[in-house]
Amino acid sequence: MPIREAAFAYRPGLSAARVGAMVLRYWYLLRGSWPRLLELAYWPTMQMVLWGFINEFMRTNSAWVAQASGVLIGAVLLWDVMFRGQLGVSISFLEEMWSRNLGHLFVSPLRPSEWVLSMMAMSLIRAVIGILPAALLAIPVFHYSVFSMGMPLALFFVNLLLMGWWLGLLIIALILRHGLGAESLAWVSVFLLAPVSAIYYPVTVLPGWLQAVALALPSAHVFEGMRALLFQDVLRWDHLAWAFAINAAYMAAAAAVFVRSFEAARDRGALLQTGE
Amino acid sequence: MTSASATPAGAAQPALAVQDLTKRFGATLAVDSIGFEVAAGTTAGLLGGNGAGKTTTISILLGLLLPTSGRVRVLGEDMLRHRHRVLPRMNFSSPYVDLPHRLTVRENLMVYGRLYGVRQLGLRIEELAEALDVGQLLGRQTGKLSAGQKTRVALAKALLNRPDLLLLDEPTASLDPDTADWIRTYLERYRAETGATILLASHNMPEVERMCSQVLMMRRGRIVDRGTPAELLDRYGRASLEQVFLDIARAPYPAPVREDADADP
Repeated sequence: MPIREAAFAYRPGLSAARVGAMVLRYWYLLRGSWPRLLELAYWPTMQMVLWGFINEFMRTNSAWVAQASGVLIGAVLLWDVMFRGQLGVSISFLEEMWSRNLGHLFVSPLRPSEWVLSMMAMSLIRAVIGILPAALLAIPVFHYSVFSMGMPLALFFVNLLLMGWWLGLLIIALILRHGLGAESLAWVSVFLLAPVSAIYYPVTVLPGWLQAVALALPSAHVFEGMRALLFQDVLRWDHLAWAFAINAAYMAAAAAVFVRSFEAARDRGALLQTGE
Repeated sequence: MTSASATPAGAAQPALAVQDLTKRFGATLAVDSIGFEVAAGTTAGLLGGNGAGKTTTISILLGLLLPTSGRVRVLGEDMLRHRHRVLPRMNFSSPYVDLPHRLTVRENLMVYGRLYGVRQLGLRIEELAEALDVGQLLGRQTGKLSAGQKTRVALAKALLNRPDLLLLDEPTASLDPDTADWIRTYLERYRAETGATILLASHNMPEVERMCSQVLMMRRGRIVDRGTPAELLDRYGRASLEQVFLDIARAPYPAPVREDADADP
């Protein structure tokens, strides 16, 4: 059997215990540093405060914003779900690179799929720790509760988290291929998608060709769905269905790219050598 | 001088069997068609200068690196096809591959113990902490330890799952002579008590002479000689492995590879 073919032949079994072990590893790291915990909540809170005041100003000066109090606060909090979701995956991966720990991890029984699941779980934990304080603070300060969206909020949250995860996987794949020189992608890539995600304005604001790009992203569907809910009190299942379908397709593609990059790293010996 | 470890009676299959193993990195031939076997329950040494191919070979044995061609059987399993069957039964330690710096020693051992599915993990950590004298380090951040302390902690991590196969890269690097000797004694006792197999890459020739029943001499990706330490000393007419090492390292290249040195096992 050819070497590369044989390398892919192992069964992708999963162990919850090993996923849990990796979540514990990242949790130890997080709880061991109060500045890290503080920083998790700091940026979402600052963003919420900034957009909260913009929202207050616009509410009295813009007929559009006046129709749905809190639309900008809801948008910034949901956008942070995506950002924190992506960063949660990427940072967990970078922690292994910085500590040159990949060599130990992948001579243990840990499988790449278990590692990825642990990073996703940690990303969820980081997103909740980061965004929940900001969402709660918005209630007394701006008299707006993002939780007033009800069940659809959970669907928006899941879709944006999924988008953050596949984006994080793509960034990991790039760093595995190009080394820590590509590290900055973890911080900047999400901002490339911000203008076409229609976070604070409808997709129709974009030029025609860019609208097609926007609608190829789950985030644009989520934010269109959020505005439909806030402005018209309508749950747009079509937008949600598109968001889930696009996320599923991109997640499958990102997983395939990740697997290929991981095996290419094994071929080059990068798992042992990659680090600071 | 040499206390060779013997193959236990009835050991049917080698713990390690490598056939025609080659690894290329672009135009560089890092490992060139090597073959060897290591009997179960013994300690073998992989020797060679910098760039000889030791780390590449060990990385392939661990499944961290894909070979270009060849076969590797570890504890009876095809490493390329079934590495996840065998990884729980092996472990590895190297001073050149770090454990997470910001985690305490105990946290690192907890994480790796869970990854290896170690039962009664707390007890096992206490046991190893006492055996390797790292008890006072358990609460300290791993990154703040001295090089010698890190080596002992890495060894504790490598022994967490009571491995049947232990791959050790410079296991006593940065240790003072007393502690190094103590670690060697511990490893010899571990092998004798558990029947484990150890593959050791080291530049410490007295260590290799003391611990290994078989020595593989590598140079430029090839195994250029092999044998027990006593056989090698006899063959080169030298009093120490260090002199044998220098003879091989300084011989004109390509060296006259011994007829039996590169034969498949």
